[in-house]
Amino acid sequence: MNPGKFSRLITFLILIFFYIPIFVVIMFSFNASKSPVWVGFSFMWYKELFTSSYTIWKAFLNSIIVAISASFVATVLGTLGAIGLYWGKFKGKDYIWIISYLPLIIPDIIIGVSLLIFFVFIKMKLSLLTIFIAHVTFSLPYALMIVFSRLQDFEYSIIEAAYDLGATEEIALFKVIVPISFPGILAAFFMSLTLSIDDFVITFFVAGPGSTTLPLKIYSMIRFGISPTINAISTLMLVGTIVMSIFMRKYLRYIF
Amino acid sequence: MKYITAYTLWLVVFFVIPLIIILSFSFLEKTPYGGVNFSFSLEGYKSLLTIGYLRILWRTVWISIISTFITIIFALPTAYYIAKSKFKNFLLLLVVIPFWTNSLIRIYAWIFVLGNNGIINQFLKLIGLVDSHIQFLYNPWAVILVIVYTYLPYAIIPLYAAIERLDNSIFEAALDLGCSKRKAFFKVLIPNIKAGLVASIIFVLIPAMGSYAIPDLVGGVNSKMIGNEIARQLTTAKNWPAASAISSILTLITLLGVIIFVKSSKKEVLN
Repeated sequence: MNPGKFSRLITFLILIFFYIPIFVVIMFSFNASKSPVWVGFSFMWYKELFTSSYTIWKAFLNSIIVAISASFVATVLGTLGAIGLYWGKFKGKDYIWIISYLPLIIPDIIIGVSLLIFFVFIKMKLSLLTIFIAHVTFSLPYALMIVFSRLQDFEYSIIEAAYDLGATEEIALFKVIVPISFPGILAAFFMSLTLSIDDFVITFFVAGPGSTTLPLKIYSMIRFGISPTINAISTLMLVGTIVMSIFMRKYLRYIF
Repeated sequence: MKYITAYTLWLVVFFVIPLIIILSFSFLEKTPYGGVNFSFSLEGYKSLLTIGYLRILWRTVWISIISTFITIIFALPTAYYIAKSKFKNFLLLLVVIPFWTNSLIRIYAWIFVLGNNGIINQFLKLIGLVDSHIQFLYNPWAVILVIVYTYLPYAIIPLYAAIERLDNSIFEAALDLGCSKRKAFFKVLIPNIKAGLVASIIFVLIPAMGSYAIPDLVGGVNSKMIGNEIARQLTTAKNWPAASAISSILTLITLLGVIIFVKSSKKEVLN
């Protein structure tokens, strides 16, 4: 059944709806005026962003530090978890699936609030470390599921074949399992990276003074009202998003 | 078994235990500057039984349901068109880009367009149509608009995946047997993509229920949602048992919702 005119019209309208606000934000990042009335083309807001916005770059650096470290840990633990879940024979696999699905279902704000209360309860000072712990926590289930779905694409018999041919567990792991799941491992890493750089709500609760990440910084700037500097940051982040979307496209099927 | 130990341990310590802590704290006494006394109390829950709270809870539910409904209505034809299009890779990319775009930027884009100092108001002022501004934002409908904008890609992608997997011949069979296109949509397409539809609804409804940033930035005093109230209890009011109680209730509502929803849709598919 070919789609009719109706669904074509809706798709067209939805894409306009998606892109008009984004396009307007990009356009006015090049405006030569502080107020959102077009006066002429200028790079002045980018110049300001690159020369006199120390706190924004500090926040950006914090985001990068947390994103890379948390994604690395989440990918390693998630990959090992997926291999264990796929390979191992043990009871209680259902419980592992339940605690993996729950963080995806429960609203972010609950994860943020419960971690904040937990950190205060165990008297842990809020800092980049608490943000790192939170980011590993919400990335882990995604990492596990992405690697697991990659593993499922292969017959379990290739592991048995490796064993039959005399492979030890280490050899089977590093010469068979890790290489075949590598695209999944890479996808898990980039997924965690994106989730981490993107997260606002959970970070908002577990961040302490001096551990502002880029989304927290953008949030406090938005609260002060619209400013062309935010448009300039948004434009740069959008460019990053578009590059990443093209790159991630072929891995998206491991997520859905 | 040993490979999964670290993963499981991490989630137990930093996810399961914190949830157990807030559930327990919701039954304890508050101390004036945040924190709790370890004696049993139902004050946390009792403080929620006020008109103000019930109003916020009710508002959260209706805003979330209306947003989800609007989102699905628009996501279905879009996902269908993309799945059947010759340019589906390109169209899918156009949906995926907003999906990966930072949510604060997407909220900001609407403040930039519709805000009191936004481009529409500046334009209206320039042509002399208004003196100061029209307040488009800071009401529940602005919250719904931005929720729909934020979560539409989350609904389109699973629906697209479900439609794409379908065998086209079932439609041909239906049409050959004299079924109208509209009837084929409701009687053939919808029942066959139920799993994708359930996933889409969950992906929109649950984050909508837990919204914090959207009502905080584009909502007014009359559009605060449960998420804003949790944050207020935790930070300004320093009432941990109350914050824990609301969080526990929100968790319970979403979990029950998901379980009932997934179970009932499974049953229908089997029938």
